[in-house]
Amino acid sequence: MQVATGKSILNGIAIGPLRIYKKAEAQTTVSSTLTPEEEYARFDAARVKAQEQLGVLYDKALDEVGEDNAAIFEIHQMMLDDDDYLDAVRGILETQGATAEYAASATGENFAAAFAAMEDEYMRARAADVKDISRRVVNVLLGVGDADMMADQPAILVADDLTPSETVQLDKTKLLGFIPRHGSSNSHTAILARTMNIPALVGVDFQDEWDGKLAVIDGYNHCVYIEPAPELLSAMEEKRSNDLKQEALLQSLKKKPNVTLDGKEIKVYANIGNAGDVGLVLQNDAQGIGLFRSEFLYLDSQDYPSEDQQFMLYKRVVETMAGKKVIIRTLDIGADKQADYFGLDKEENPALGYRAIRICLTRKEIFKTQLRAILRASAFGTVSVMFPMIISVREVRDAKEILEECRAELEERGVAMGSVEIGIMVETPAAVLLADELAEEVEFFSLGTNDLTQYTLAIDRQNPKLDNFYDSHHPAVLRMIRHTIEAGHRHGCWVGICGELGADQTLTETFLRYGVDELSVSPSSILPLRKIIRSLDLSKESQD
Amino acid sequence: MVSYKQDAGQSGHHDQKGRSFMKQFTYTITDPVGIHARPAGLLAKAAKALDSTVTITKGEKSAAATKLMAVMGLGVKTGETITFTIEGGDEEASAAAMEQFCKENM
Repeated sequence: MQVATGKSILNGIAIGPLRIYKKAEAQTTVSSTLTPEEEYARFDAARVKAQEQLGVLYDKALDEVGEDNAAIFEIHQMMLDDDDYLDAVRGILETQGATAEYAASATGENFAAAFAAMEDEYMRARAADVKDISRRVVNVLLGVGDADMMADQPAILVADDLTPSETVQLDKTKLLGFIPRHGSSNSHTAILARTMNIPALVGVDFQDEWDGKLAVIDGYNHCVYIEPAPELLSAMEEKRSNDLKQEALLQSLKKKPNVTLDGKEIKVYANIGNAGDVGLVLQNDAQGIGLFRSEFLYLDSQDYPSEDQQFMLYKRVVETMAGKKVIIRTLDIGADKQADYFGLDKEENPALGYRAIRICLTRKEIFKTQLRAILRASAFGTVSVMFPMIISVREVRDAKEILEECRAELEERGVAMGSVEIGIMVETPAAVLLADELAEEVEFFSLGTNDLTQYTLAIDRQNPKLDNFYDSHHPAVLRMIRHTIEAGHRHGCWVGICGELGADQTLTETFLRYGVDELSVSPSSILPLRKIIRSLDLSKESQD
Repeated sequence: MVSYKQDAGQSGHHDQKGRSFMKQFTYTITDPVGIHARPAGLLAKAAKALDSTVTITKGEKSAAATKLMAVMGLGVKTGETITFTIEGGDEEASAAAMEQFCKENM
């Protein structure tokens, strides 16, 4: 058995024979017997035909991978209308007396080289696009059809990075897995593989002699096993079978409500850490986003993100969620999780330090920039805002006052805003003990169980020496949660859980019995939770 | 964020009667990916529909807004400011259309 490593595109398993795809290099002769005008006419006819083909591919991709990913074919159509591209082709025809095939091919190479030389990674990836459209035009001119790459047997395809059109044209029923020999994990092929749910591995140093051999792509471990040993093979087969069960679960539970057998409804939302995760949110049928961690905007940047930058991003997420609730947590960084430009001092105890709402209330301009962006985004959907690390009523009142200032500022600018529901993270013992008073100030609570556990048990979860003392189901923590839910309800607040405990399936029944209104979890936990919720009957005695 | 240079006296060209015949405005990109293929393509389409000539400048480099690949070649990133120059045709309307396009797509 041999093993090759790469970078996995999807956490999945593929098992099947390897098949190397070799592109037939289309032959192009250089010089032509026709006049440049005649050659250009040939080129133009082929160009139009290519655009038609792209239209068909766009429709096919729309069905299979959705609008965002299908858009690439529209771009290809637009590239074929680009004046510079067409002028370049014409130039080659006139100066070299070349064939249309040669001119298109050479132009493709030249533009590709220009893109490949650019600094920006996104632009470099466009080199493949301009080559793809040129090849397409050449193929039309030569009368070459798109080769069928899969033949009869389902297989794991090994190819030099496929162009977008090749990827979409693949017969998916025969494609078990995919190893593009070049291409990055941000390349178009990778994105499509992820969207089509096909395990793929990039950057593999593939040996040609492996063609035809049985292989297993282990997406979880970023490697491929060639001719795996029997025990490994059966372990992988089992893993794959579990993956398929999860898939089936996905399909059967989608669109079903989160309702117990005795009719109690609970909301199940998703936690996200950046805007790219929204696809997963919708794929897993979340009813909303219960925690939009806004830190990534600050951490991924070299400087404070502007109001407009933040607004564009929040707006995009809010619009994509199409009216489903998006709860944005305001900036939650500290000495342990920061960006240099914030200039936060090193601290002995960052967990107990200058962080989150404390930074926001003392450096108001940063806070107001974020709040204005959130208020503007609220015009485009359903937005709630949530303040982290709260320990007192004073903090909440101050934050709300600043929010009102921002609203007034935007009103003066004539900017549209929607209504924004206000809530707080309950993640400190202080907040739990003051829950009744805090509930009078806001409309909802969300329990941040990770930090709450840490502060309540006075245990650092990263410290392995404390494993014997740490209990994620510690009765003190559960009592904190119960108290918060009950206090919230006494004052008309809904209460949810966005910490890790929300996804703990052994506690779902407990939380439902406490009366929790919402659980916000990572997207992959949503449907498993739904399954549990739908199987519970709270009118009966607890099974424990 | 859009800001206009003053028509009278500060920039733009003037004919013999003192009427300006060029409009300019600057725009700072807010889209996190900068000007990527999709907005560049839509921009080319939108610019082609206008009766004015629209040029985009970033620093030393310029590109006709109607040329998708050239615009992409400018490599405009988020936070960078570009200048739109609109000449000929109905400059008011074209400038307004381009400004609207920027706000909605970039």
